[in-house]
Order: sequence, then C-alpha cells, then structure tokens
Amino acid sequence: MGLLSLAIWTPIAFGLVLLAFGRDDQANATRWIALVGAVVSFLITLPIYAEFDNTSAATQFAENLPWIERFNVNYHLGVDGISLWFVVLTAFINLVVVIASWESITAKVQQYMAAFLILSGLMIGVFCALDGMLFYVFFEATLIPMYLIIGIWGGPNKIYAAFKFFLYTLLGSLLTLVALIYLYIQTSGSFDIATWHALPLSRSEQSFLFFAFLAAFAVKVPMWPVHTWLPDVHVEAPTGGSAVLAAIMLKLGAYGFLRFSLPIAPDAAHEWAGLMITLSLIAVVYVGLVAMVQQDMKKLVAYSSVAHMGFVTLGFFVFSDLGVSGGLVQMIAHGFVSAAMFLCIGVLYDRVHSREIGAYGGVINTMPKFSAFALLFAMANCGLPATAGFVGEWMVILAAVKANFWVGFGAASALIFGAAYTLWMFKRVYLGPVANAKVAALEDIGAREFLVMAILAVAVLCMGIYPKPFTDVMDASVAALLQHVAVSKIAAVPLN
Amino acid sequence: MIDQASWIAVFPEALLLLMACVIALVDLGVKSPLRTLTYVLSLGTLLAIAAIEAFFGASGFTLYGFSNMVVSDSMSAWLKCFASLAVLVSLVYARPYALSRDMLRGGELFTLSLFGLLGMFVMISGNNLLVIYLGLELLTLSSYALVALRRDKEQATEAAMKYFVLGAMASGFLLYGMSMLYGATGTLDITMIHQAIVAGHIQHQVLVFGLVFIVAGLAFKLGAVPFHMWVPDVYQGAPTGIALMIAGAPKLAAFAIVIRLLVEGLLPLALDWQQMLMVLSIGSLFIGNFAAIAQTNIKRMLAYSTISQVGFILLGLLSGVVDGNAVAAANAYSSAMFYVITYVLTTLATFGIIMLLSAEGFESEEIADFAGLNQRSPLYAGVMALCMFSLAGIPPMVGFFAKLSVLQALVLAGGSVHIGLAVFAVLMSLVGAFYYLRVVKVMYFDAPISITTVRAPRDVQIVLCLNALLLLLLGLLPGGLMTLCAESILQMMGT
Repeated sequence: MGLLSLAIWTPIAFGLVLLAFGRDDQANATRWIALVGAVVSFLITLPIYAEFDNTSAATQFAENLPWIERFNVNYHLGVDGISLWFVVLTAFINLVVVIASWESITAKVQQYMAAFLILSGLMIGVFCALDGMLFYVFFEATLIPMYLIIGIWGGPNKIYAAFKFFLYTLLGSLLTLVALIYLYIQTSGSFDIATWHALPLSRSEQSFLFFAFLAAFAVKVPMWPVHTWLPDVHVEAPTGGSAVLAAIMLKLGAYGFLRFSLPIAPDAAHEWAGLMITLSLIAVVYVGLVAMVQQDMKKLVAYSSVAHMGFVTLGFFVFSDLGVSGGLVQMIAHGFVSAAMFLCIGVLYDRVHSREIGAYGGVINTMPKFSAFALLFAMANCGLPATAGFVGEWMVILAAVKANFWVGFGAASALIFGAAYTLWMFKRVYLGPVANAKVAALEDIGAREFLVMAILAVAVLCMGIYPKPFTDVMDASVAALLQHVAVSKIAAVPLN
Repeated sequence: MIDQASWIAVFPEALLLLMACVIALVDLGVKSPLRTLTYVLSLGTLLAIAAIEAFFGASGFTLYGFSNMVVSDSMSAWLKCFASLAVLVSLVYARPYALSRDMLRGGELFTLSLFGLLGMFVMISGNNLLVIYLGLELLTLSSYALVALRRDKEQATEAAMKYFVLGAMASGFLLYGMSMLYGATGTLDITMIHQAIVAGHIQHQVLVFGLVFIVAGLAFKLGAVPFHMWVPDVYQGAPTGIALMIAGAPKLAAFAIVIRLLVEGLLPLALDWQQMLMVLSIGSLFIGNFAAIAQTNIKRMLAYSTISQVGFILLGLLSGVVDGNAVAAANAYSSAMFYVITYVLTTLATFGIIMLLSAEGFESEEIADFAGLNQRSPLYAGVMALCMFSLAGIPPMVGFFAKLSVLQALVLAGGSVHIGLAVFAVLMSLVGAFYYLRVVKVMYFDAPISITTVRAPRDVQIVLCLNALLLLLLGLLPGGLMTLCAESILQMMGT
C-alpha cells in the first residue's frame, strides 16, 4: 500500500472503528482514539511532503490498480505540486478540528469524530485521484459526512442548512457527472484524467464541458452568484464543520478548476476567462461589501470566505504563473485563516452561545490571551504583510495588474473592504469596555484551546514570513499546467 | 421422448416444485408457533437452489429443453440465483413480523412464497409465450393469496382485491398481445418469432399492434407510469413482509421477461418499443419522484420511489439499439440488469428495517416513526441510511454505480435525445435525493419518539448485517457484479 492510500484510508479506518465500537458512555476514550487517528493520519502525510521532488511536474507517489474493469475505472492516485499541499493541509485541519471539538461536542461523540475522520480521508482522496470517476466518487462522498455533521450537531435551523448544502452541491455535481461520461465516451472508454487532458476537442464541446464542470466547481468554491448556500450553512454548522467546510471543502471546487476545467477545455477557459474574472471580481468587491453589514460573526466570515475564494478564481483565470500560484497559495492560506476564524467564533460561542456581534464587546478585557490570537487571525484575514493572507493576495493582485490594470485595481480595492469588515468586527467584539455581564463573566482560553490557537498561529505566521516551501513545491507543476493550457486543442480535432 | 438436457435445464425448477410440495405436507405436522421446521426446510431449499443456479451461471452453458420451451442460460441462472436469495432474505425478515400478526398459523407464507418463486423461475427461463404466461400467472396468483393472508384486516383485503383486479387486467393485456404475435408469426416460440420477423414477411402494423399490448402488460408488472396505480396501494395495504415479497424478487423476473420478450423475441422492432419505453420511463421518473415527495407513509414513499427506479431501469433498456445498430445493446441491457439486482438488494434491507421497527401491534408505517432511530439503534439507523443514500445514488453506494452504468449506456447511445434523457434523469435523481435524505434527516436529526431499543431475533440480525455489508461492498467494489451481468447478457445475445 502506497503512502497516498495510507493517507486516505487511515483516517477512514479509524472512523469506522469508532462507529463500530464507540459507545455513548465512553466519550473520553472515543476522543482519544480519534486524536490518535488524526495524529497518525497527519504524520503519514509528512513523508509525502518530505520526499516530494520539487523539480518535477510529474505526478508522484503514483498508485494504479484496476477498480471497475468493465468501465475501465482505475484506482489511480498520485500527487503533483498542485495537490500536494492540500493533502497535508487536510490532515492538519482535521487534527486541529478534533482537538478543538474536544469538549464542545457531548452528544454522540463517536459519530462526530468518525464523521470528521472519514471526511478527511475522503477529501484527501479527492486531491489524490487521477481517475475521473474516482475523483467524482470521493467528491460526492464527502457530502454524506458533512450532511450528517451539519444536521446532527448544527444550530437551530440545521435541517434547512443540511438540505440546502446537500441538494445545492449535488445539483452542481450531477451535471458534471454527465460531462465525465461524455469524456469517457469521447476517449473511447477512459476515465484517466491525463488522457482527457490530451484529448482534442472542438470549441463547442469544450464550452459544454467547461460549463458542466463550472456547475459543480462554482457551487463548491462558491462563486457569485451561486454562493448563497454558504452563509446559511456556515451559520448552522457546528464550529468544526464550519472550519473544515471553509478550510478544505471549498478548495475542492477551486482544485477542480485546475485539474479539469483548464487543462481539459483550455480554449473554452480562455474564451470564458472574461466571464470568470468578472464573477470573481463581483465576489471580491460585492460580497466584500455584503460582509461588512453582517450582524452575525459566522455569516461575516462566510461572506469573507466567498470574497477570498474570488481571489483564487481570479488568479486562475489570468493564466500566468504568478496568478495560478497566487491562487493556490491563497487557497492554503485561507485554509489556515478561515479555520482559525471559525474556531475563534467557536470559542466565544461555547461560552456565550451567541454569534451576534452585538452580544459582545470588550472581550479583550476578560480574555486577553484569546484576543491576541484573534487579532492575529483577523490581521491575516485582511491580508496584513507577514501573515499567510498577504502572500496569495499580493501575488494575485500583481498578476491581475500585469494582465489588465483595471482588473488589478478592482482586486486591490478588495483589500480595503477586507480590512474594513474584519477590523470593524474585531473592534465591535473585542475592543472597548466590557459590554455586558456575560462578557464580564468570560474565562480566558484553557490549555487545549491555547494549543489549537497556537498551532494555527504558527502556521499563519510561518506561511506569511517564509512562503518559499509552499511556492517551491508548486512551481514546476503550475508551469507545466500553464504550458498545457496555452496550447489550443481545437486545431488537433480531426476533421471528418 | 424427453432428453436428458431438458431435465438438466429444469432441474432446479423440478427440485423447487418437489420441495414446495414436501414443505406444504410437512408443515401440516408442525406444532411450533414459529414454524421452525418449515422455516429451516424452506431456507435450506432456497439456499440449495441458489447454489445450483450459481453453479449453472458460473459454468456458462446454454441449454434448451422440452422442444425449446425453456432455456437455461447464464442470465437466467444468475437471475434465478438472486431471486431465490431474495426470497430467502424476505422470509427471514418476514417471519417474526408474520408471527406477531397471526400470519403463521399455517405454513402458507412459506409454501406460497416457494410457489411464487417457482413462477418466477418459469418466467425467467421461459422461451415460449405460453410458458412465460404460465409462470407469470403462478407468481401473481401466489402473490394475490399472500397479500390476502391477513384476511381479517380491511386494508390488506382491499389491497389484495386491487392487486387482483388490476393484475388480471394486465395479464389480459399481455395475453392479448401474445395472441396477436402468435397470429402474425404462427409460432409461440420466442426464437422462431424472432426469425419470422427478421425474415420480413409479416406486416409491421400487426406486430406493432401486438407489441403495444405486450409493452402495456409488462409496464403493468414493472409498475411504470401510467400503469403504476396499483403499486402504492399494494405496498401500503399489504402486510410489510408480503409487500417485500412483491417488491423484491419479482422485479428480477419482470426484468427477465422484458428481456425475453422484447430483446430475444422482438429486437427487430426495437425502434418501436424503445419509443414506448421512453414515454414510460419519462413518466415514471417524473411522477415517481415528485409523488414520493408528498408521501408521509414510508411504504407509499418507497412505492413511488420504486416507480422512479423502474424509470431508470427502462432507460437502460431503451438505449440498446441506435439507428438499427445493436452493437451497444449488450452494454445497455447489462446496465439495466445490474440496476435491477442492486435495487432488489437495497429494497430487501429497507423493508427489513421497516419490519424490525414494526413491533407487536404497532405498524411502523409513517416516516415520522423513524424519528431519532440513531439514538435508539445506531446500527439499524446506519443500515437504513446506507439504503437511502444508495437509492438516492450517492457514491460510494452501489446505487450510484447502477445509475452510472445506465447513464453511461444512455450517453453511449449518442443521440441528442439520449443525452437529453440523461440530463433529465440526472435532474430527477436530484429530486429523488430530497425525499431519501428526508428519511435520513428523520432518523438522525429529529428527537426520538420512543427510547426503547430495537430488538431483533438473531437470524434477522445476521441476515440484515450481511445484507448491509453486501450493499457496502458492492458500492466499493462493483466491478465483479457488473462483469457478471455483462457476460451473461453477452451470452444471451450471442445465442
């Protein structure tokens, strides 16, 4: 069994063990087993990073076994510079979430932990899959644990949120399924993604495929105007669910653009780049403005996620090294920062049971340690230099200015909005005099919460100060991708 | 003079008939209220027959017997193997349920089920219009009696009556269509009918006229819109154990006669019947899915869900022949076969859970009765969730691969109509996801209505777990069963 298989199946195996043997009255033992599972799963991903060859754009750690022979579906795994960091990130966030949910979840702990472990395995599977059908199976399977996480441990309006999440994303991906089958038939029976990359396609075919993929990935990212499910879902999901959703699940969509849309339909991608850039800019500017007026902290961070993901798609569709790498770096940074933001809200929610900004004020007086961390993450969310948030945004803005000054201008203006809504929220929640008795009674974070915050803070700072390990890994693969995307596929279509 | 091959071809049927009679007689002496001896004998018989059929299927020979009246090929062998297993599982699930409802005073549940299975076997193996019809009647007559097994219960009697009247009408349709075919071709033998049509001396109009009735009859038996009216009433009205007998194994037999009649016999008319199936499938997908949303009774919901699933099966069947070219036909029919088999497997587990929850004197019929099942019994809630996700077609459940293979066959057929149908089917399965998810929601998100743990006899527990495990495994490794279906359909088409 290869490393990637281990990275996928170890958390799933731990999750299944918890489901099979976990009992309601042994919540503590369950938590420890889950922690062991998460730690082991994370450790497994480290050698993948350590042994990864930066200089090569080829997929590495490949595993290829026949899976469904009748349809020529293969269990084909591998990572390249684009997917490598997400494998590590997924396992990392999973670990953080397991620690963060230690005390806040008391009902059905074994199922909660199992859902997160299984979910993390499935998401790693999405990033590793090099077979279209395998990708789709992992991609869709992630819906099941997330649906249950939102529905069982979510807030008052959880059922609406769970259904909205499931059906909205299912609608998008079902159309993609038709596209996958179409590609399968066009290549006379192959689900291999690399084969699809090389397949010549006419302009209209490419447009059809591009939009079929867009249906799934745009909903998942989410891009404006199909982003409306995200705030609803975030608000109701439990803290851990929000963190994983924002940190990893949204990335599945953005990753899909790089793995499917761009290389399979490069001409359509160029043709529709204007549309994509426009949608991204709307997400950045308009949704940024929407975030500013939110009263609910989780909603605010959710809208800020949409805006940040707008940067990612913007970076992808300017078709330059800087843009694509910037988008990828932004994805990783947003993984750390959004998880941290949601976990901060979770810390407050566990104590006060309110997400309303108006219910707080002057938290810094009673929770100084926690507020320091919160400030750091807020700064990272606005893209302050030397934090993770800065690197990706800066790269994308540079790339955008190179492509078109006004696009870059629009993107840069969003930095101001980002700073505005984040800092304004910070001011209202943390600064000032103690607002009410509940805030006065707050206790600062304990050792466990401190650990969670510290881990994330280190990650955010490291990435901001020294982003080289992140960019080095992706350079070769991004260059190869762009080279591939630059070549038109239309000319190669045989005339008949 | 009957040759040896004939006897080999019908050996399992003969054995089944013999054992059904023996069990009926032995049962007279059984005193135990649980009818343990009858039960064990029935299960043993079913297992033995399933094993024989599996052996037949694996050895892959084609035998024609009794002057081509019956055929034993690997498609029929596998379908019969799965049908007897399905009846076996249904009996295991139904016994405690039947016991608590005073339906085990005699051994009719077992003997009628075995005779019903015999009818299915005859349908699956029939190579002659009359033989198929006889099998069908044997199956449906046994089912009518089974539905009426609780004759003191109003609802069950009503369901039996409805089932009987509508079923008899459907049989009439089918028989009328068969007589038209006989009149046109002068033969009852399906192979000869095929040859006669290919020879091309027969008026197309007469054939199509017969075909319409045949398709209508088949649609009735499958429960496709607009011939679906009996399905919800019978599912709801019949005792759950009996509803399973009707919802499970007979689907395999119905699939077999569709293949025998439409593919083996009337493939040259494919362009005609494909259009009819298209209308049926669009209607089934649409009405089945939308009507299921409105249901509060879980059996009724499952009935409408069945209708929509039948729509999917029809999609597989109608994408075989494109522009008179049958190259992709085997692919399409095997996808439908895979769909039917996995569907039956899922239905078994679903009804198994419903019966588990129907404690003595309490029918678990409303979806709301599942509230908080996860708190009461995580295992059974998990099994039910597995079934629901599978029916909704969410990977990595087996239902997804069934839908995938059908969609693949549709897109491979290549016409813009087919691709349009694929998109339509995909959208309809999104609608379907809603009501399947609702069951999951009730089980996992709602507060429980009672806190009693769900108890099940050991045999039910084991079989249910095996059933669920098989579902899960088929979802992770669907390749084996797919290959099996493909090979048996290829063999059937080749001869």
